[in-house]
Amino acid sequence: MNGLRKFLSKVPLHLVIIGLCLIWIVPTLGTFVTSLRPRQRVLQSGWWTVILPKQDEGEAAYTEYCAECHGSGGQAVDGVDLTSPDLLGEFSRSVQLQILLQDELPDGRPHVETMPSSQELVDTLEYLRQEAGVVEGEELPRLTIQNYVDTLVGYVGRGHWVDECRGVDDPAPGCSGTGWFSRDGMARAFVNSLIVSIPATILPLLFAAFAGYAFSWFDFPGRQWMFVVLVGLQIVPLQMTLIPIFRIYASLGLTGSFLGVWLFHTGFGLPYAIYLTRNFMSALPRDLFESAYLDGASHWTAFWRLAIPLSVPALASLGIFQFLWVWNDLLVALVFLGSGHPVLTWQINNLVGRFTGQHLLAAAAFVSMVLPMIVFFSMQRFFVRGLMAGAVKG
Amino acid sequence: MADEYQPPAIMKLAGRQAWYYLLPAIFVLLIYVVYPSVRTLYLSLRTDDLTAWATAACVEGQPCWGILQNYQKAFTEATVVFRNNAMWIALMVPFVTAAGLGIAVLVDRVSYESLAKAVIFLPMAISFVGASVIWGLVYHWRSEPPQIGLLNAILNGVGVQPVPWTTGGAITATLAMIVVGIWMWTGFSMTILSAALKGVPQELIESARVAGATEFQIFWQVTVPIILPTIVVVLTTMTINVLKIFDIVFVLGKGQPGTQVIATRMYIEQFNQNNTGLSSALAILLILAVLPIGWVNVRRFREQEKIR
Repeated sequence: MNGLRKFLSKVPLHLVIIGLCLIWIVPTLGTFVTSLRPRQRVLQSGWWTVILPKQDEGEAAYTEYCAECHGSGGQAVDGVDLTSPDLLGEFSRSVQLQILLQDELPDGRPHVETMPSSQELVDTLEYLRQEAGVVEGEELPRLTIQNYVDTLVGYVGRGHWVDECRGVDDPAPGCSGTGWFSRDGMARAFVNSLIVSIPATILPLLFAAFAGYAFSWFDFPGRQWMFVVLVGLQIVPLQMTLIPIFRIYASLGLTGSFLGVWLFHTGFGLPYAIYLTRNFMSALPRDLFESAYLDGASHWTAFWRLAIPLSVPALASLGIFQFLWVWNDLLVALVFLGSGHPVLTWQINNLVGRFTGQHLLAAAAFVSMVLPMIVFFSMQRFFVRGLMAGAVKG
Repeated sequence: MADEYQPPAIMKLAGRQAWYYLLPAIFVLLIYVVYPSVRTLYLSLRTDDLTAWATAACVEGQPCWGILQNYQKAFTEATVVFRNNAMWIALMVPFVTAAGLGIAVLVDRVSYESLAKAVIFLPMAISFVGASVIWGLVYHWRSEPPQIGLLNAILNGVGVQPVPWTTGGAITATLAMIVVGIWMWTGFSMTILSAALKGVPQELIESARVAGATEFQIFWQVTVPIILPTIVVVLTTMTINVLKIFDIVFVLGKGQPGTQVIATRMYIEQFNQNNTGLSSALAILLILAVLPIGWVNVRRFREQEKIR
């Protein structure tokens, strides 16, 4: 009894939390469903309709508004065959039907007593098209994996790459420049993102480990104030340095090169990375370093055999944060890499500008999200800690 | 203080070697952070072709700020970006903080806390560009049905005229983009504040409860004062992040001059218009806005060091 009451008193709380979670998850879910739907279906209806029995809706609207006069088969009125493909061809959009229904019939009566809603008009037309067999809708699968193939190879046409281009003697014009290594494809962009992100993670991590060790276990003049300056450098916005670096790169021919981006990300990862490694390394047990010293160990040994192995949790969090930061970055890629070596974010932004349709955009977005999602679900603990600690950066 | 602190013996070992460890980092930082920052300050005081001080860009009979002419231009030609950035901060920072705190308090009371937190936190893993695509679909608008955007389909369903969220007006579009920002960043404030909540001593709450305080009173008079420092950290961090917002506006606000913020306008001025002076001035204004927060960070750090 008591347990039940306790449970009931918590029902509103559960509803609020589940509602919030739904709000948070639905946009992503919708994009995922869209990425799996054929282009025509995405254009015709919202992603949520995959779970609705679509045809019934149109049939219901037809029965309510039209069946009384036109009959259940659509052929009851002389000379007006609602299932004729020619007639349906005149109503490619629902507004055209709406305009017709607003007109009176030849004998002066209103065409319909109450006007159907816009959605009902759409449903009715789609139902009639299906009845008449004029829509490709029936042959279209509900869900398909082909959007992913198309976006990976950089195909943005109306069909699918596998049908139109691969192994076809006379490929469609949209096929030129597509393929697994195409510059417009997300496959190539994925590889480019990896090429950018891995060194841009390792370099700052390595430099920061050295510097963090020096700030923790070395005694040198300027140790204190140099570190304070470093704390201050953390807030310098990336925008602050874009223009001069861009000019330097242009004169050195580094624009569009991976090396330039690696170094830029290293520069911007460092202040925070050093801050974190220093705080972590200086909190390591002091006795360990004392006894290492007494055993005659050099700094080099203490660094590689003590400081680095003991700092793995901090370095892992930092590495995940830096990797995702670089992976998800658009601005630096836009300025320093551009179209020469398109990365994922650059390629998606480019796709948005080309109005290729939501089905391809959604698939492209998911290609770019795969790796962060895997990292998130497999290393959630390090991941959250890394993002938390580093959220001020950049 | 650091002076009273007795350094471990290893620290006296080969002090000069420290520079080998520091050199790569210092080298990269000087080239990539320190020098360009100073250079940007200089560029902001020059004409666009860098041949003269910005004073030369003054026009007879129009207001002239001398060497600060690029800043005059920023305040007169780019006023809208300051309005938009202010709007972003005024709406997003308090909302993200409050929502994060609210969710942290709620999920603290259920058994599936970690699952709910993972759901809210997930958007932080994806890029702003990816989020822009996801929300571009939510906001999708057509002049006639069927609406394939969820939001407009709902409006259509309840008989309200669908709204062109991201292409209608600058204010509507900015609000729509702020919602995306909130969706992405609430997980951040929730996680930090949730950790702070767990650190509130349970005895304090119990004794307040025994003394007859309501849950509401306990929250406002016991919990909130204790976690206030953390709330301030979230507020300042979010302010910095929102000041620098770029990707969402660049992708979702495409072709809408009225939605631009400091960072996007700066990019456009430099890389599309070649207005180096104005662009650099905007960068400097950005860091001026962030500077007080950086100062607070340094002070907080020094206090922490004293306690150590």
